[in-house]
Amino acid sequence: MGSNIEALTTLFTEFYYWVTVVFMFLIHVGFCLYEVAASRRRNHLHTLMKNTMCIPLVTITFFFFGWWIYFAFPNGPFITGGIDFEAATGARAFDPAMGTNLQDHINGVFWAAFLLFSWTAASIVSGSVIERIRSGAFWILAVTIGSLAWIIDAAWGWHSAGWMVKLLGYHDAYASGVIHAIAGGFALGILIVLGPRLGKFAADGTPRDIPPHNTWLATLGLFLIYTGFWGFYAACNIPIISPEGIGGEITGATWTATNIYLAPTTLSAITFNFLMSLSGGLLMGYVVSKGDAFWTYSAGLAGIIAASAGNDLYHPIQAMFIGAIGAFAAYRLHYFVERRFKIDDAVGAVAVHGYAGFIGVVIAGFMLWGQPSSPYAGYAAINPLGNFIGAIIMFGLLGFLPGFVVAKILHGFGMLRIPAKVELEGLDFQASQAYEAAIRDVQGAETSLVSSKT
Amino acid sequence: MSSNGMTSWAVDLADVGAVYPFQGTEFILYIAGLVFWIWWHVAQIRAESREVRYEIGADTTGEATRRAIAAY
Repeated sequence: MGSNIEALTTLFTEFYYWVTVVFMFLIHVGFCLYEVAASRRRNHLHTLMKNTMCIPLVTITFFFFGWWIYFAFPNGPFITGGIDFEAATGARAFDPAMGTNLQDHINGVFWAAFLLFSWTAASIVSGSVIERIRSGAFWILAVTIGSLAWIIDAAWGWHSAGWMVKLLGYHDAYASGVIHAIAGGFALGILIVLGPRLGKFAADGTPRDIPPHNTWLATLGLFLIYTGFWGFYAACNIPIISPEGIGGEITGATWTATNIYLAPTTLSAITFNFLMSLSGGLLMGYVVSKGDAFWTYSAGLAGIIAASAGNDLYHPIQAMFIGAIGAFAAYRLHYFVERRFKIDDAVGAVAVHGYAGFIGVVIAGFMLWGQPSSPYAGYAAINPLGNFIGAIIMFGLLGFLPGFVVAKILHGFGMLRIPAKVELEGLDFQASQAYEAAIRDVQGAETSLVSSKT
Repeated sequence: MSSNGMTSWAVDLADVGAVYPFQGTEFILYIAGLVFWIWWHVAQIRAESREVRYEIGADTTGEATRRAIAAY
């Protein structure tokens, strides 16, 4: 850090990302709450631990290789170049930059911001497969999306040098596709192999509603996800950068915040659009679901997700309408897919994240048509075809396909789904039995003490 | 052609103002937003009226109501 202004900029950036990480922690808290709320009482502990253990597993694997992938794979590889070993040097788990190092204030907090996105990707999948997946299988799938699939898509479509940005003009500033569509597609791939919960469908194929055991807890969880989403949005920005910091591509002397592609935006803009898209989603969700609390809250999330691809650039009223469209589509598509294809998505994650995210990326291609995707010269402009192809890559190629293949492999080894008897007993059966035995034991002991003293 | 008029970010940001797409349609957007807001109230009130009508017609014996009161 040469000058005081440079030092202040670096320390501000360091603190900025650190704060976003703390906010984003609430996303995982929220997912845990609403997953447990959606599960039945005999599956609570299993449901909670399944999502909780994503944290350490995705964290260590993201440290070991996930972060390196982001910097090494923007070229594909072999689409616009090879593996970029040089750019990824400081992201190797054994590099001095990946530790306490007074020459680097940003690597740790930037790594953590991306890591929290990784948890989110895994956590989105977690809710859809509750009450019948084996934890061991889920944790392998969580690492697959959290430390592998999503970070490849980030390198491709969410990096200032990503090949999708260069060649397709792909624009997805707040990760409609990069996080949400991929996680929704991944969940769908697993669900097809995993199958529905016992009792979900009647003999004639009519779906039954399996309501959340605690709607209050579900909505509280979704409220916390909204809160964490603020941190997510802030973390998608570079908070302050000079024109020189963008290679002098932007002329003049005005410093700016940028999106992940280093194109200018403002925190003010995304604050407008976050709230207006949330509102569009909530309003539409309330009407279309007839006031159902779980779906109204989920629709708020779908609203934000649908507008996220272009929320760095939309007008707030545009963001509101796109949010409403995303919420409407997510709700309708969830029940259509459930009826037509007998997919049991316990929390509607495929719809809220996958379909709304996919639609959001496609809409951004039209809305932002012709705008520069990057401050760097030679990049394709944002366009509908590029974003449509990008949405297919996110949802299908890097989401659905790996989810389906890994689930098939796990299924082939008999590791994917718990036996029917255990599903009916409840995943917490052993723990519940031990709990009740412990209660009986201590009650007996205390009662005998009372008898001996009287 | 660009939906916000920008075709390159190689500009001095001191000279750039609004960058949202389809500038010039703000008032139309505003009117559309107002219509959406009013539509929401109409749709919500209709749906709530249907729900109230159903609830008035339900539980003719009062048994479910007594259970609801007991459950607090």
